Amino acid sequence: MYQYDTYDQAMVDSRVSEFTDQVARRLSGALTEDQFKPLRLKNGLYLQLHAYMLRVAIPYGTLDSRQMRMLGDIADRYDRGYGHFTTRQNIQYNWIKLEDAPAILADLATVGMHAIQTSGNCIRNTTADHFAGAAADEVADPRPYAELLRQWSTFHPEFDYLPRKFKVAIIGSETDRAAMKLHDIGIQVVRNQAGETGLRVHVGGGMGRTPMIAPVIRDWLPPLQMISYLEACLRVYNRHGRRDNKYKARIKILVHEIGADEYRRQVEEEFAHILTLGLEPPPAELERIKAQFADPAFDPAAPQAIDLSDPDFALWVDQNVHAHKAPGYGIVTISLKPTGGIPGDASADQIRLIADLARDHSFDELRVTHAQNVVLPHVKRSDLHAIWQKLDAAGLATPNLDLIGDIIACPGLDYCSLANARSIPLAQKISQRFADIGRQRELGELKLKISGCINACGHHHAGHIGVLGVDRKGLENYQLLFGGSEGADTSLGAIIGPGFTEDGLVDAIETATNLYLAQRTGDERFLDTFRRIGSAPFKEAIYG
Amino acid sequence: MSSERIKVLTGNDLLTGDVTWWTGNGWSKAVDDAVAVGDNAETIAAAEQSAQRVVGAYAIDAMRDEHGLRPKHIKERIRALGPTVRLDLSLRPNDPSATAWIA
Repeated sequence: MYQYDTYDQAMVDSRVSEFTDQVARRLSGALTEDQFKPLRLKNGLYLQLHAYMLRVAIPYGTLDSRQMRMLGDIADRYDRGYGHFTTRQNIQYNWIKLEDAPAILADLATVGMHAIQTSGNCIRNTTADHFAGAAADEVADPRPYAELLRQWSTFHPEFDYLPRKFKVAIIGSETDRAAMKLHDIGIQVVRNQAGETGLRVHVGGGMGRTPMIAPVIRDWLPPLQMISYLEACLRVYNRHGRRDNKYKARIKILVHEIGADEYRRQVEEEFAHILTLGLEPPPAELERIKAQFADPAFDPAAPQAIDLSDPDFALWVDQNVHAHKAPGYGIVTISLKPTGGIPGDASADQIRLIADLARDHSFDELRVTHAQNVVLPHVKRSDLHAIWQKLDAAGLATPNLDLIGDIIACPGLDYCSLANARSIPLAQKISQRFADIGRQRELGELKLKISGCINACGHHHAGHIGVLGVDRKGLENYQLLFGGSEGADTSLGAIIGPGFTEDGLVDAIETATNLYLAQRTGDERFLDTFRRIGSAPFKEAIYG
Repeated sequence: MSSERIKVLTGNDLLTGDVTWWTGNGWSKAVDDAVAVGDNAETIAAAEQSAQRVVGAYAIDAMRDEHGLRPKHIKERIRALGPTVRLDLSLRPNDPSATAWIA
């Protein structure tokens, strides 16, 4: 994985020093809150419902055990003993004091981490496939490109004051594990028939109050022109994106309103000009970064066959261990969705345990997924049982990857000042209703996502079952959506009918899953059955 | 049981981020300590923010009766108490009626 050079470290250290001074001036009154707010947001520090919240960047979801351990230590030292992993592969702390923020950033800097540009109207953390560099279906590891994007976008002077936030995702396979088409820019590493590697660029996706699937703007881009092309995409957006209306300021609105063809035309014009400026980093820079993402030294003698006589262990392997490109290895997903638990939350002790497991069993590497779980990407199958036992003892071995219990939920009204309704208690009730793992496996792949408001941080538009919390005359109410998907078959969910109370919503979901079981044919997922039979049977079953 | 509907002022402590309530001569973490501000919310908020004692202050509606003060909107009740899913981290960790007070 990427290692900071002297320039990277100097920039992060300098940022800590700058923010320390800004906090001091805020506390002395030299800066007003209006002056300070954009500065603290650019360092990931929000003022939330109960306290300040700090969002720490985990670049494209990749970190090592030293960094993970620091995240656990920060939870203990400065917060209340836990952290929350987010749908953008970052971590959030909910109980931060402003006076501690500079010290936290200084601690993070010692392990090559920061909170730069995790908020504000700038380019945010680029996310990537959490199985990158490990999955067998990969064309190329997208992370070197993500790292180049990180270096290009961090402190980019021209894009420090965009009309609105900007989110990029990059994948390296046909299987989309990053919801790529639902980002402002989505990039897919592809290979043509001649065996050459290129980039397919989608622009104008997003969720929130106007969800849109990003159209392809560039079908084939030489990788060594990626920065120049993205520069052109951002320049056109920066030039024309609306600044008069916060709710119409994302690039998806621009692409939609002028049309993909016109947006493409303007980008190509800008791109042609930028190519003459020589902005692209030299090829050697991408090669330098790629070298740091080389495969670890896999053991060619690692056995594929393991003892699966323990049924609980076998179940966990079957559900949570994904096939690895190297024989004898597996990709382990550690579920942060225990039955009845808070999706994405992990205690400091759990975080440190996971760090140790990565150090000892995964070539010191971890990933955070946008589904709020953690991945050990390179695990010998012969080590799985020992790992599982430790995870099980720590409440981290729920075998529910991609099942209905693997719920994505935003923090909701329990934590977030933007929310209209609580999301976590609903997630807990659904999790408990479907607690039986046998039942979950019978239902099969079922991605359930809950957002506590229209900002859609819980990705409810992309849920096979999606839930949107609303404020209905001062009371929490929940809208139910079916048919969303974040994969290569990206689609947006549709609201099924009038909203529900919390308990009513849980009943409605159970009714829907019972209908699915009665109606499915072959190996259809819930999503497939819904797409085949449509919403009418579900509406009738739920509403009568 | 008599109750009155009043406007109270709330915000966050600048240093700690703690939710605070205007008591008439300072700020308290306990919502029951909040006093009615009438039409003076903006004036008080501006002065307190200038003095660096609070950030993001705003007025809300609440009902006061002999049991205490209860903000009208659930969001403010959650702010007053703490996250409903982690009552151990709330201001009333050992109060079995805390969840009912929120609802």
